[in-house]
Amino acid sequence: MAKVLMKGNEAIGEAAIRAGCLNYFAYPITPQSEVAEYLSKRLPEVGGTFLQGESEVAVGYMIFGASGAGERVMTTSSSPGISLMSEALSYIAAAHCPAVFVNIVRGGPGLGGILPSQGDYFQATKGGGHGDYHLLVLAPDGVQEAVEMTMQAFTLAEKYRNPVMVMGDGMIGQMMEPVEFPDDLKTEPTNKDDWATNGMSTRKSKKPNLVKSLFLDSAELNQNNLALKAKYEQMKKEDVQYELYNADGDYQILIASYGTMSRVCRTAIDMLKAEGIEVAMFRPKTLFPFPEKQVYDAAVKDSCKCVISIEMSMGQMVEDVQRCVMGKKPVEFYGECGGEIPSPEKIIEIVKELIG
Amino acid sequence: MGKTFSKPEAMTDNHTHYCPGCTHGIVHRLVAEAIDELGIRENTVGIAPVGCAVLAYNYIDCDFQEAAHGRAPAMATGIKRVRPDLMVFTYQGDGDLASIGMGEIIHAANRGEKITVIFINNAIYGMTGGQMAPTTMPGQRATTAPAGRDTAQTGMPIRMANLMSEIVTPGYVTRQAVLKPQMVNKCKKAIKKAFQYQVDNTCFSFVEVVSTCPTNWGMTPIDSLKWAEETLLPYYELGDYKTPEDA
Repeated sequence: MAKVLMKGNEAIGEAAIRAGCLNYFAYPITPQSEVAEYLSKRLPEVGGTFLQGESEVAVGYMIFGASGAGERVMTTSSSPGISLMSEALSYIAAAHCPAVFVNIVRGGPGLGGILPSQGDYFQATKGGGHGDYHLLVLAPDGVQEAVEMTMQAFTLAEKYRNPVMVMGDGMIGQMMEPVEFPDDLKTEPTNKDDWATNGMSTRKSKKPNLVKSLFLDSAELNQNNLALKAKYEQMKKEDVQYELYNADGDYQILIASYGTMSRVCRTAIDMLKAEGIEVAMFRPKTLFPFPEKQVYDAAVKDSCKCVISIEMSMGQMVEDVQRCVMGKKPVEFYGECGGEIPSPEKIIEIVKELIG
Repeated sequence: MGKTFSKPEAMTDNHTHYCPGCTHGIVHRLVAEAIDELGIRENTVGIAPVGCAVLAYNYIDCDFQEAAHGRAPAMATGIKRVRPDLMVFTYQGDGDLASIGMGEIIHAANRGEKITVIFINNAIYGMTGGQMAPTTMPGQRATTAPAGRDTAQTGMPIRMANLMSEIVTPGYVTRQAVLKPQMVNKCKKAIKKAFQYQVDNTCFSFVEVVSTCPTNWGMTPIDSLKWAEETLLPYYELGDYKTPEDA
């Protein structure tokens, strides 16, 4: 298929349709409103359902309802909106329902700003809502990956019956890049009759299905948490995704970076290489499950003096990097916030300081 | 002689967890009877609220989803929009619907979602143990209003059916009660009508049911019925507030 030039937000909308997701609920928020605008036009053309909810709180439950009824469904939002949807995320995860949430992250905390940020890493990977649950979190580094990961998100959500988040940022949502769409996703959500409230009439068992998260009996609630935990362990075994860049040679520094920030780091690494300085990059593509072993292996390489996590935040992913490197090498951090993005020149300066 | 009266098919054999004298059981039965009579059980999805009726799925025998506090109309919207062939109803109390869920109910009604809402108004929070609700009467004691509801601080009780009737989008809005057999019969008709509007894809339908909570009111079941009739009904007047035919 030929490449087309598309804005990230619109490409994400189109990717959902090509993944067979014909149901979309959302509430406007900058910098992701173009997804809703695009789908408000496109979904009726393909016989789909578009609805603008009254709030992100309500949208979270529209997603839960549709997902619980066994239909493929997506919403998109940005940081403050995801905070409001986090209540529903906890419930959806607890009830073992598949759904796709896209967060086009903007600067926070509070109302923050509308420019790109990576300040929602903790929220996405460590919770956001209450209780012991995790989202599977995919982090694209541009429009092409945003499309691929949006489509893949539905497969993963249905594999685990767990909400999946595609976490981009304002840069990925707003910029235009050439994109090639993968083949349409042809599969249907599976085993719906075992769990979804899709009406008993077509179900062989003729027994009611119940989508719920209340377990008043402590043993039952413990059991549900164990079932969730088993899924997260399975994700760690089967669905970790990452990239190592310029990691074949003897690098002195390992940069850990993801998403938009990794694009800048890649440029800096190329510029350093031209000067004869070898720096590698570890880029997690799944933020949860985090590529724990892979970052460890890359960090402990003999030539590597130090690891530095470079983020558009005040230091969030760095905590996972530190955890995984387990003190074997020093782990440093550099970050800027609020729409400020560390430049290649700045990264080069920091790397040279680390090398000394 | 043939069987003349039996349990609705849409009710399970489970004993309810409701307190003695609570009217949830009556309303559950009316909902189940309406579902049976319309023959929709196998295509119906109920939404359980947060409140005493969270376990409604143990008693009403159809597909169910469990919402967070107040969010049932949003959840029902999600189901109905992606599966318009399913009959979707919510069953909510006054803390759930009239307090934390005020936004969701108003907007679901205003969009004209083709869902049915059963709203139990017993003027108090039940499951959490008798706290003040938006529907609590002036002077009525609650665990968070030990001296009785002070309207200077908390305003007057919200009349949901009246409020819902102001929404311009066509819909069916009625207030019923289950304090006497005649009222139960009328309420049954209203609930069936509310589901019928959904079966016919006509409009949003909303049935408020004035109910009792003997445990948290601190009264016997019989005194509760008397108190509800004397205190609640003059303020929460019964009848149809809006029908789609008005539009």
